[in-house]
Amino acid sequence: MLLHPGIIGLIIGSGLTLLLLFSSALLGMQILRKWDITSSSELQLSLERKTYLVSTLVQYALLFQVISAFLFIYTADDMHNLLVGAMCATGSLNANPYGFPALYAQIVTLFLAAAWISLNRIDNRAEDYPLTRKKYSLLFLILPAVTAGYVLQLTYFGSIDPDVITSCCGVLFSEGGAGLGSSLSSLPVRKTEIVFGLLYLLVIVSGLLAARSGRRPFTLLLSASSALFFFGAIASVITFISLYFYQMPSHHCPFDILQSGYYYVGYPLYATLFAGSFFGVMTGAVEPFRKIPSLAAVIPAVQRRWALTATVAITLFVILSIVPMVFTPFTLEGY
Amino acid sequence: MSLTKHINILDYTLLSLLRRKFRNAGIILVFSLVICITGSVLLLTYAFKREAVLVLGNVPELIVQKMTAGRHELIPVSLGEEISRIPGVSGVEPRYWGYYFDSFTKANYTVVTPGGRLSEGNKLLQGRLPSAEEKGVAAIGGGIARTRFLGIDDDLALFSPDGKLRNFRVVGIFQAPSELLTFDLIVIGKGDLQELFSLPPGIATDLVVGVRNETEAPVIARKIRERIPDSRPILRREIIRTYDAVFSWRSGLILTLFAGALAAFAILAWDKATGLSADERREIGILKALGWETSDILEMKFWEGVAISLTSFFLGILAAYAHIFFFDAALFAPALKGWSVIYPRFHLVPFIDPYQIATLLSLTVIPYIASTIIPSWKAAVTDPDEVVRG
Repeated sequence: MLLHPGIIGLIIGSGLTLLLLFSSALLGMQILRKWDITSSSELQLSLERKTYLVSTLVQYALLFQVISAFLFIYTADDMHNLLVGAMCATGSLNANPYGFPALYAQIVTLFLAAAWISLNRIDNRAEDYPLTRKKYSLLFLILPAVTAGYVLQLTYFGSIDPDVITSCCGVLFSEGGAGLGSSLSSLPVRKTEIVFGLLYLLVIVSGLLAARSGRRPFTLLLSASSALFFFGAIASVITFISLYFYQMPSHHCPFDILQSGYYYVGYPLYATLFAGSFFGVMTGAVEPFRKIPSLAAVIPAVQRRWALTATVAITLFVILSIVPMVFTPFTLEGY
Repeated sequence: MSLTKHINILDYTLLSLLRRKFRNAGIILVFSLVICITGSVLLLTYAFKREAVLVLGNVPELIVQKMTAGRHELIPVSLGEEISRIPGVSGVEPRYWGYYFDSFTKANYTVVTPGGRLSEGNKLLQGRLPSAEEKGVAAIGGGIARTRFLGIDDDLALFSPDGKLRNFRVVGIFQAPSELLTFDLIVIGKGDLQELFSLPPGIATDLVVGVRNETEAPVIARKIRERIPDSRPILRREIIRTYDAVFSWRSGLILTLFAGALAAFAILAWDKATGLSADERREIGILKALGWETSDILEMKFWEGVAISLTSFFLGILAAYAHIFFFDAALFAPALKGWSVIYPRFHLVPFIDPYQIATLLSLTVIPYIASTIIPSWKAAVTDPDEVVRG
């Protein structure tokens, strides 16, 4: 099932992302091996020039990756028509064991590439590029994620066989009773709501404290709490947030909110969630770099800004998810 | 990093693009064309898919055909009784229809008897539909009326298999908005149809099975197949699924064939970006001498890419939109539609969504941008003195 416009787009789009990251990793290897900031040789000069190429490549790769991630979900959604029992993207992704891992690999790549770009930004603020080695080592972490994503994606699409009418028999009797799992299993609503609220509270408190003081325990707390919040929020979207948008107590699809029928609310929802969690996690992740003398002044300011960004973005996410609960007659009480 | 800086760089980029209008217009033209062709394929595919879903919405949930030697055969009406005994079946109705090849116009007509579903679209009819029992009258599609110069009360002459000529008085003509469904349609009474095709009595083309609960349809289909092993039950969901797969496959095929052109365009973009003119090299040299950093030049190149791709993207997709929805996809329709000789001229319902945009971006803009990254970087790291000295 590879001759589908969306799949061809993905093969080209993510293929190019892979190519960009692969070439940047190759350049990164060169830089890692020969980098010597104290030297003023021609080699070092050409390496310093190449760092621009690497950062440009990774930035474009991130941009492409965002488009590809959406395209992947859209394509999975578009294919639900082709599969018996699949009702939305969840069903298509469940069609074989590669669907969801491919999606996870895409999300991991998204976060890693964004982390690389942030590190690069910080690094460029210091005179002596102190993070060079770290950031080029990170490239080698991104590369397997992207490769895995690409391979999983190809395997996923390659092994999807559309259930169409065959000449011998109109109806497919192959599926043994139940169709594909079209819904993700959800958690108890009330408890998830409470956990969601508590996690949000934790993010807000640690975020505001980190934004004000920029002190170590708060930034680390923000990091941990936004990472937890990310997973809690995804679970909440599946368990109750999306249900309020659909106004249906049984539809747990985290992807349908991206569609026009729901006013594309999924885009701002996921954009704020991803951005908020990312900046939250990054605030604590850069904590070790404070010790580097040339970054000592840079990091706290950056951390404070990120903490504020994370708090604002996650608050927007929470507001967006609460709006339908407050303003629509639909309620999940009793479920 | 203030916003003003980025705006200034964007401003500079646009001015510098304008200075080289003709060169950039060339690449925008080619790029728009590439996007227009790719976009047309996508828009057409999705418009067809939607049309198919809309049209097939009226198709019965379950149709039962008889198979003999692996071919579709006429079905005895008596089988309907056995089917109607299956729990969950609300009713079985025989359908009589067939294809008639008209040697005057060299086209295939679809001949049907009036049924419940046809009369639903009655407002699209000029005149009236014949009833099932009526003889010697017909309602015809607009395509047949046009190609055979027929109006209401004219005679439509058709040959039956024994070579005899039969005349039908035209009492109704379908109107243009229903052309996709009725263009080649002839509606005549049941007795007329049986005579026209020499159908033996007690035999129908297929059986329409009414199902009380749509989710039970697959179970009923299975039971029918168990009780009547030489039958072929067809579900509506499956017809839709098959159309979906076929249209996706066809457009994927066209896009694959088109991949060569896409690659050629990426090479052109690479080449254009690599072959900096002496003017441009001097410009970059001077900018750097004036204090622009490598990252600023890279940003300028980024905006250049954005400006060119967005302009081409909008031009291309507008052209594709016009091509598909105003000019009825004149270029691709034959490949995507099918093989029928008198195919209706119909306007597709405009339909565009983020999915098509993302696919189109992946197919066109990403290759373009990717092929300009390395040339841009090469331009950005040139030494100012090297260039300015010449």
